[in-house]
Amino acid sequence: MKQTRAVEMGAGLFVLLGFGALFFLITQTTGLSNEIGNKGYIISARFENVGDLKVRAPVTISGVTIGRVTGISYDPERMNALVKMIIAEQYKQLPDDSEAAILTAGLIGGQYIGLTPGGSETWLEQGSQIEFTQSAVVLENLIGKFLSSMGGGN
Amino acid sequence: MKDWLCEIRDAMKAFVRTVGELTLFFINIVMYTPRTLVRRPGLVVKQVFNSGTMSMTIILTCGLFVGMVLGLQGFDTLQRFGAEEALGTFATLSLVKELGPVLTALLFAGRAGTALASEIGLMRATDQLAAMEMMAVDPVRRIVIPRFLGGVVAMPFLAAIFNMVAIFGAFIVGVTFMGVDEGAFWSQMHANVAVADVAQGVIKSVVFGVVASLLAVYQGYTSVPTAEGVGRATTRTVVTTAITVLILDYMLTAALIG
Repeated sequence: MKQTRAVEMGAGLFVLLGFGALFFLITQTTGLSNEIGNKGYIISARFENVGDLKVRAPVTISGVTIGRVTGISYDPERMNALVKMIIAEQYKQLPDDSEAAILTAGLIGGQYIGLTPGGSETWLEQGSQIEFTQSAVVLENLIGKFLSSMGGGN
Repeated sequence: MKDWLCEIRDAMKAFVRTVGELTLFFINIVMYTPRTLVRRPGLVVKQVFNSGTMSMTIILTCGLFVGMVLGLQGFDTLQRFGAEEALGTFATLSLVKELGPVLTALLFAGRAGTALASEIGLMRATDQLAAMEMMAVDPVRRIVIPRFLGGVVAMPFLAAIFNMVAIFGAFIVGVTFMGVDEGAFWSQMHANVAVADVAQGVIKSVVFGVVASLLAVYQGYTSVPTAEGVGRATTRTVVTTAITVLILDYMLTAALIG
């Protein structure tokens, strides 16, 4: 009986430790802990070119992550890209004339959306659209512009 | 020339037969699993102890050192690109998606699989299984299923513990010895590791747990009842598990990534 009890204790400890390890892997190694989740409001913005932007890319303001991109689609009627993003509940007071730009984090980092607050007294809310946007910088276009401006200078 | 062809034909026949036998054996196990779980849960708990708790030493030691090697090698490679901050991401992704499940399965085959195969093989060799049948006790239900289930339960937990210890090992080497920034180590990991990556590793370890446990009990149960036969069953457990796990790993990776 005593031996059986020791075995059961050992097996129990092992399973608990296993669950603990799984819990550690899911919560501590992934971005789950600083996830915005579904609590927030959804806004959208139209871009000429979204470049390398991916779904789940961060939305930041002054460098602080306040939301995530939830959907990227092409609108055939207006011939531009429609980006939907969710902004966390506590950042309600974003002026509705804020500007959204697609920026790149570091040299090899992924792309994200940076918001610059405007001066309006009315705030963005569920379903509103950001009017002022700045597309992703495509390297080829940049080089093309640089080359043509060099040609113009001569 | 003809003998040679005959031998190949016989070997292929034997292989197909083994696969068929293994499948039937597996179906037999699955059919009686619910009944064993309800009627004799104590037997399963004991086998979780034998396969899981008793494998902790090897899993903890190997996990720690695999993580430390990853920290060292990852740092050496990444710093050539000036990206040593990505060490946390690199180590965690390699571990949870690939190294954790696969290495745990191989270690499991070496530690718990061989123990299961030789134990059941020895029962066969000493006619204990035959004696049970004489007493109208089904050895598959009494002996094989609890051992199989014990292995199936133990494997995902062993893999998770292995991963946790290995990430800790990579952290020790990367941050403490090599001077990677601690904040960057964790924040890059949080930004780039998704729950889906962890889930992928868990799915793999569950599949490997079934495969490794099944092959171990099968090799023991079908071993030739001699000292040599038991030895050969033990060897074959490690060999067949290693081959099957690595082939399955490629297929699972392709399926889960694609």
